[in-house]
Amino acid sequence: MSVVTSGDPQPVFRIDMLWTDERYRSLFIQVIAMMVLMLGVAWLVNNAIQNLSDLGKDFDFGFLSQPANYDINQRLIDYTSRDTNARAAAVGILNTLLIAFLGCIAATLIGVTAGVLRLSKNWLIARLMTVYVEGFRNVPLLIWILFIMAIVNEALPSPRDFRGENALEAGSFVLTNRGVYIPAPVWEAGSSIVVGVFIVSLIAIFFMRRWAKAKQVATGEQTPVFWIGLGLFFGPALIAYFAFGMPIGLEHPELKGFNFQGGIWMRDSLIALWLALSLYTGAFIAEIVRAGILSVSHGQTEAAYALGLRPNRTMNLIILPQALRVIVPPLISQFLNLTKNSSLAIAVGYMDATGTLGGITLNQTGREMECILLLMAFYLIVSLLISSVMNFYNSRVKLVER
Amino acid sequence: MSHHSPDVSGVDVAVAKQQTPLHYIASQQHPDQLPPPASTGVIGWFRENLFSSVSNSLLTVVSILFLIWVIPGFVDWAIVKSVWNAGSLSECRELVKAAHGEGASGACWAVINERFDQLMYGFYPAELRWRPNVAILLLFAAIVPVLFKTMRPLVYAMGAVIVGKSIFALYAAFAGIPFSFLSPTTYTAAVLAIGAAIMGGEDYRKRWVILTFLFPVIAYFLLWGGFVFEPVESKRFGGFLLTMVIGVTGIAFSLPLGVLLALGRRSNLPILQMICVTFIEFIRGVPLITLLFVASVLLNYLMPPGTDFDLILRVLIMVTLFASAYMAEVVRGGLAALPKGQYEAADTLGLKYWQGMRLIILPQALKISIPGIVNTFIGLFKDTTLVAIIALFDPVGLLNPIRADSNWNGIVWELYGFIALVFFICCFGMSQYSQFLERRLRAADRR
Repeated sequence: MSVVTSGDPQPVFRIDMLWTDERYRSLFIQVIAMMVLMLGVAWLVNNAIQNLSDLGKDFDFGFLSQPANYDINQRLIDYTSRDTNARAAAVGILNTLLIAFLGCIAATLIGVTAGVLRLSKNWLIARLMTVYVEGFRNVPLLIWILFIMAIVNEALPSPRDFRGENALEAGSFVLTNRGVYIPAPVWEAGSSIVVGVFIVSLIAIFFMRRWAKAKQVATGEQTPVFWIGLGLFFGPALIAYFAFGMPIGLEHPELKGFNFQGGIWMRDSLIALWLALSLYTGAFIAEIVRAGILSVSHGQTEAAYALGLRPNRTMNLIILPQALRVIVPPLISQFLNLTKNSSLAIAVGYMDATGTLGGITLNQTGREMECILLLMAFYLIVSLLISSVMNFYNSRVKLVER
Repeated sequence: MSHHSPDVSGVDVAVAKQQTPLHYIASQQHPDQLPPPASTGVIGWFRENLFSSVSNSLLTVVSILFLIWVIPGFVDWAIVKSVWNAGSLSECRELVKAAHGEGASGACWAVINERFDQLMYGFYPAELRWRPNVAILLLFAAIVPVLFKTMRPLVYAMGAVIVGKSIFALYAAFAGIPFSFLSPTTYTAAVLAIGAAIMGGEDYRKRWVILTFLFPVIAYFLLWGGFVFEPVESKRFGGFLLTMVIGVTGIAFSLPLGVLLALGRRSNLPILQMICVTFIEFIRGVPLITLLFVASVLLNYLMPPGTDFDLILRVLIMVTLFASAYMAEVVRGGLAALPKGQYEAADTLGLKYWQGMRLIILPQALKISIPGIVNTFIGLFKDTTLVAIIALFDPVGLLNPIRADSNWNGIVWELYGFIALVFFICCFGMSQYSQFLERRLRAADRR
């Protein structure tokens, strides 16, 4: 390409060289692409401005500081209908984060259990888990959410069934068609000390494990980490609990009037959404876990046995670290999916970010463009945060690898 | 152990052998002993697979108890005590009570029986429903040459359609239901079956692929009308017809778009790359429901004033864009998995960029990414249910209108069960096909 055959070292630029000469072509294509894109965006923005002005609307986020004028039944922070739209959106965002957090934990537990059991030597249990995985993976999530909501509403007893002649026994946990009631902790004077002691013992466990590992690397001696950890986990906190006269109590739900009072009320919509999301995502996680375990070759297990490691140490030290490198990245992207799928909450009336910002606020203020932009920005930020966690993990295990 | 080790005692044995006469030498091999009876046959299988340890036995017992709890009750409800012909839910309950006594509960499949056409076609005019039927049959003809080597599966499928229709015609004749066997559907099935039987070899595959490329145009005229057909407004589309329209359109258009995006993301033109990365990451970062909100309330703002194109078309655009971003990531994985030598080989042969991509890179990359592509298809197909939230009448969107009817007020499980079953069959079929294809491709690699 650099060989110049003619006497002229700088050939005269002709216009067709833009697409025939490789030196100019890539630049030319990119400039064209950029121009087309900018023209397209400008056209869309121009249309939007014209349409908005035709309707007498403007592009303004001022509605966020105006009163929302609607109630949200499920909330983690104080909120009344006189609060602003921004606060309503915050309630919704917290609800999204709540369901995502609960869902990720439950889905991981379900998925890991199902994935391991699907590899079990027990024929029956392996088949049952296959039925679970295929059943949940191949039916749309929306149908599962509605179906489980229907189960909660139709199949569970109503609070009315807990009163009268042959009433149902209401324990500490009450399952009703309006939701699930669980005992709530009551914090009395001195409880902060118990919590403080508990946090200190958690920190102590962390340092104890580091110390034990360093000792094993240096001397080869093993410390019974699990039993010491267990003792540290329960011991100091229990001692503090009794020493300060049992400052943390439980408030049990009780039937008053037409409904249960006291305790924590997890609404039917929360329960249905939580169950559906975690069962659905759990099925996908089960497949990921199964593939991860299968990806570690059997030779690794045999090598560990040959070295004289016991089965549980083989699992903890040889198999799991290698399987986790395969499992964790798709697992985190399942968490991301779960968070995005939680926007289906709108189908059962759980007030998440989509239900408040993209639902009632949008409909009441008529600010479609602003609301949807904010909603997308929220989900985009969550996604970027989660995927940056994944990238961090990937870069870390890569360093371990080579 | 001792006779393996040539130790000192071995010398003694040798000496002893010389001195004492040999009493026993095996002249033939011993017959193999049978394995212990408890480890073979049915009992052995049970021991091996169900009761190999205490914890396993416990799991087995728990599973069996679970199955005993679930299956008989379900069969009783869904089959034994079910009602297939009734005009309303209360009539269903009367029939169950009359047949099985007070307090018995049985499934009321009559609702599916009565609303079957609505669940399939939505509000598509009844006299024009042969058009979606023909479109579905043509869809089969369009995908068989892509999915299989010969046209034989099409012969089987069309044969099954004709046989199924004949059986139903016989049943209808006995039951006195008006049903015309000779319909455009039957003719199309017959023509396709005969065509595929005559021109079914691998050499004819390329000609059938022409039909695949023509299919979108044909299907458009069949479904929406125009040309010689009576036009049908798209707000009358509903049920599984709508699911199929959104799913198939999304699948058909997201694959090429996804390939282009993936190539753009991997190209060495920084601006092009940046545009593709931004698009892909943006789409993948937001839930589909927000994109559907954009389709339902925002897209009209972005168009020139006065344009008003219909909701289904807007949804189709957003769903296609959504799926193409996911497709792009799958294809990118395939492109990255190819060894660098393949790219260099294409350059060495003097192929231009598009020639190298078309002839060397993409065939291999797409082959690697087939499982991911099919998974994206399955996901897209399931995600079509979300259009119910923006008030389109897909099967999930039809749930409320059906239950709002006073005849069927209070019906729950039967409708969910039916819709879930149809989705399960479609998605499970797709995933099984993907696994079959993976095995076939792996066999081709082993060679």
